[in-house]
Amino acid sequence: MDHGTAIEATKAVVTLDVALPGIIWGWMITLNMWAKSIGTGVILVGAFLLYRHKKEEMPNLRWLMPLISSIALNVFLLFTLIDLHQPLRMINIFLHPHWTSAITVGAWMATLFTALITLLALIGFFDQHPDVRRHCGLAKKIRGMSGVYEKIFPFVVVLAIPVTLYTAVIMAESSARELWQAPAELIQMLMAAFMVGSATLVLIADKWSENARKDLALVLALAVFFSFLMYMGEYFFSFKSAEAEMTLTYVHSGGEYNVQFWAAMLLGFIIPFFVAFGSLKEYNKTLMKFAAVTTLIGLYMAKDVWLKIPQLLPLS
Amino acid sequence: MKLGFLVDLNLCMGCKGCEVACKVENEVPLSTWRLRVKYIDIGTFPETSRNFTPLRCNHCANAPCERICPVSALHYLDNGIVNVDSERCIGCAGCVMACPYGAIYIDPETNTADKCTYCAHRIESGMMPACVVACPVEANIFGDIEDETSHISRYIMEHQGGVQVRKPEKNTNPHHFYVGGGNQTLNPLAHERIEGYGLFNNITHLKHVGDPNHSLLDRFVAPFVGHEKLDNKSLMDLESQAQENKGGH
Repeated sequence: MDHGTAIEATKAVVTLDVALPGIIWGWMITLNMWAKSIGTGVILVGAFLLYRHKKEEMPNLRWLMPLISSIALNVFLLFTLIDLHQPLRMINIFLHPHWTSAITVGAWMATLFTALITLLALIGFFDQHPDVRRHCGLAKKIRGMSGVYEKIFPFVVVLAIPVTLYTAVIMAESSARELWQAPAELIQMLMAAFMVGSATLVLIADKWSENARKDLALVLALAVFFSFLMYMGEYFFSFKSAEAEMTLTYVHSGGEYNVQFWAAMLLGFIIPFFVAFGSLKEYNKTLMKFAAVTTLIGLYMAKDVWLKIPQLLPLS
Repeated sequence: MKLGFLVDLNLCMGCKGCEVACKVENEVPLSTWRLRVKYIDIGTFPETSRNFTPLRCNHCANAPCERICPVSALHYLDNGIVNVDSERCIGCAGCVMACPYGAIYIDPETNTADKCTYCAHRIESGMMPACVVACPVEANIFGDIEDETSHISRYIMEHQGGVQVRKPEKNTNPHHFYVGGGNQTLNPLAHERIEGYGLFNNITHLKHVGDPNHSLLDRFVAPFVGHEKLDNKSLMDLESQAQENKGGH
């Protein structure tokens, strides 16, 4: 103990207390949010591209889009499940749903969404690969459902929006964490989906038409630009409560997540913006793929910081 | 009937009798607390005072934990108590994230959420909560806040203007009141935790959430293959191992 330093008279000091809890929602929740953003983002961006361009300009989109989405959503559901301390009781969400909880509403919507996306992925895959399992009864049945794809796709696109947004409502219901209480979190979730949705599609867009790829670059540039502005606004001006202010002051003052936050901003937002903006004039495949990868890494890091920092604050 | 709690901080002498009684009555495992008494020193020597603040679940009328629970494991009883059904809890920790008072924990023995229930099992039998019985100075006052003749209602009326709740800005409408408290004792942002200024030890942090010996695989297979029954002794043995465990929970 440093006896030479006096504590200010107005300060109160905790001299005896229990051990403080650490981070309760950790990397698995970050991974789960990130994977969900990819799962819904590729559908939202894919739908935008299909609206703007003929599907012949993006020959692999019809089957790869739902396949990537399905994989990402299954990763999301897997980590949702294993993050539970009693994963086998997940069934209780369906047997004993509590509808005021965004966790319940989200779980029901995400399950329906994943089921529909998986169906689209199967139809898309077997349509694209007519020689695969040609004599399999199930494959034949799925090939026979080809027309269903176009019928349910609009419903899936609409459903992707609340599935993207509900995590922001869970965070809003986590009322102990003031930093997450901003309504802007809803827009931030949507922007995240557009960011990683377009970044993921960049990785499969080699054979697409130039115009379709430029549209992809436009979506990426706009999404990272607005998302970056929102992060900066929240980071520097979001002093809406004493708790949020104290959380951010800790990070501003060089706390342990300061470096991760700025690395995330550089990788996930600043680099992709300039690369995507440059690609609006002349699309550079290699640079865009690099920007796509940094976007995916940067968004994971940014979400991780935003998830963890409010949990560093003692609540009582 | 709506049950409420009041702590007169002018009377509390920090003996921790309530804390120990709660631990024993509810068999609260090591590393977790339903009720704790925090010591806060205010001022500069020789003008200093030591203040004691017992902290427990506030049994809010507008409880965020009840709202966020996806399976209604946290639910209201008719008498206003926010109770926990550990058989239904899925261990998502949503309630832990929602409670503004940090009053909920993941029980390392059951891997489910738990917290103070105002000793609902004792209330049902017509007894007082264990912490009320143990308090040597009757600083803990418990009763029906809708009954104007109850001790707690009369106490609140007698101390009008001096009755406070924690974090009123959260609009949770707590059924847990304090008399004799101030911003420095009730607001966690108004006091500091300074390394080296602890009475017996430094600031410590829990190394795990829930059972430290419960791997991801165990979470799935334990109900089928059985899981070693944990008690406080086994949790103590695991403390050293838990120090080395890093990463997810």
